[in-house]
Amino acid sequence: MLWITCPTCGRRPVEEYRFGGEVRAVPEWISDPAQRDVDYVWMYDNVEGVTTERWFHAAGCRRWLTLRRDTTTDLVVS
Amino acid sequence: MNDFVERRMALEWHEPKPSYDVVIIGGGGHGLATAYYLANRHAISSVAVIEAGYIGYGNSGRNTTIIRANYGLPEAVRFYQHSLELYQTLEADLDCWVMHETKGIMWLAHTETQMRAERARSLLNLACGAETVMITPREAKDLCPQLDLSGGGRYPVLGASYHPAAATARHDRVVWAYAQGAMRHGVHVVQHTKVTGLRRDGARVTGVETSSGPISAGIVLSAVGGSVSTIAAHANVRLPIRTHPLQAFVTNGYEGPFAGIVSDTELLCYVSQTERGQMLIGAEYDAQPSYSLQSSFRFLQTTAAKVTHLLPFLRDLRILRQWTGICDISADFSPIMGETGVEGFLVTTGWGTWGFKAIPAGGEQMAQLIATGRTPALLEPFRLDRFASDLTMADPGSAGTH
Repeated sequence: MLWITCPTCGRRPVEEYRFGGEVRAVPEWISDPAQRDVDYVWMYDNVEGVTTERWFHAAGCRRWLTLRRDTTTDLVVS
Repeated sequence: MNDFVERRMALEWHEPKPSYDVVIIGGGGHGLATAYYLANRHAISSVAVIEAGYIGYGNSGRNTTIIRANYGLPEAVRFYQHSLELYQTLEADLDCWVMHETKGIMWLAHTETQMRAERARSLLNLACGAETVMITPREAKDLCPQLDLSGGGRYPVLGASYHPAAATARHDRVVWAYAQGAMRHGVHVVQHTKVTGLRRDGARVTGVETSSGPISAGIVLSAVGGSVSTIAAHANVRLPIRTHPLQAFVTNGYEGPFAGIVSDTELLCYVSQTERGQMLIGAEYDAQPSYSLQSSFRFLQTTAAKVTHLLPFLRDLRILRQWTGICDISADFSPIMGETGVEGFLVTTGWGTWGFKAIPAGGEQMAQLIATGRTPALLEPFRLDRFASDLTMADPGSAGTH
């Protein structure tokens, strides 16, 4: 069960939030501009471990927050 | 694997050799089926299937075993219809009972918009060789007498699409049957061995690094469910995939009979009865990506509330067991099969919540690709480079979980 601490509302269950996607950059090693566009539009890091992501507190203060979560344990690490 | 199964099936395990023609990562349905067809149809038996846990530990053992072809795109209907037909003769082909049973599936619609969508899908299915017809609420009730046509007063049934060829099979038996078939042709299946990296020679992939040493290979196929982004990253292959948990549960035994599979376009849940008489209930996947196999009480609450609107008798049953699998959801809700742009490295992935039904066709077609080096016509629409060419196969409505 995932709990997320909102800066405004405190520790609240995941059902109150909407997942907003991972924060990612197109990898440096992709040099072709067209390929960089494809990567930007379609690809995910889909990290198995600690990842940075955006969440929206939909049923709370309705503000966005950024957090780091371990996807193997579903614990928010920071 | 448990002793009971080991004693009753001709499963023969091997220590890995240093080199094979083909190494398949992932001993689930797709990996083992590919190995079986490679050995059986194409006489390529220098094949190893490397499994991190035991065969069928992953999503092959965690799905809700529904086989159907009522998809929403012509290419998908043809592919899944082929798979459905392969399942119908699978027991004879593999000489192994997989408890295949044709039951029919109905997709209930509660609004005029959903009715239109279901009508469109039925016509498309018929045009592409899969039988799907529209039925009235009365006909739905005749097929499934337990159905509450008022939907608990909240979800009145306006009609449904009905796909009579839909079936179920016992998921672990399918895995064991393919494993047995592959092993009979000399395929090595290596359990409890984790692939930790890919061996490279320049850009080319030449083998795998495993927890029990390196294995070199002419072709490496990733057939893993869950960790595919991690595996592909070793070859600098980027995938449009997010991995989400999907939960399901079974109740205690219901005397029944309960005919067929009931699915709902609005509530996004589906109900069938297992061979043991338990009611098997699944719903949509969890909203956030995760690799955790943790089940949640919230899921039981939400899903139980949904299904009891439609099937009030479920209120009298008790929940026996719940579990979680992790699903690779592709950006367009269609699978990704074939070449990756990196020589020697293929994938069969993006199997999201629709992988079990595709095991025979996915395995057969991937084996053909590996053996001939050419992408078969059935796989052509599911290539990874469709995203770069703006030819995506967007079909979320058919996934039944979205």
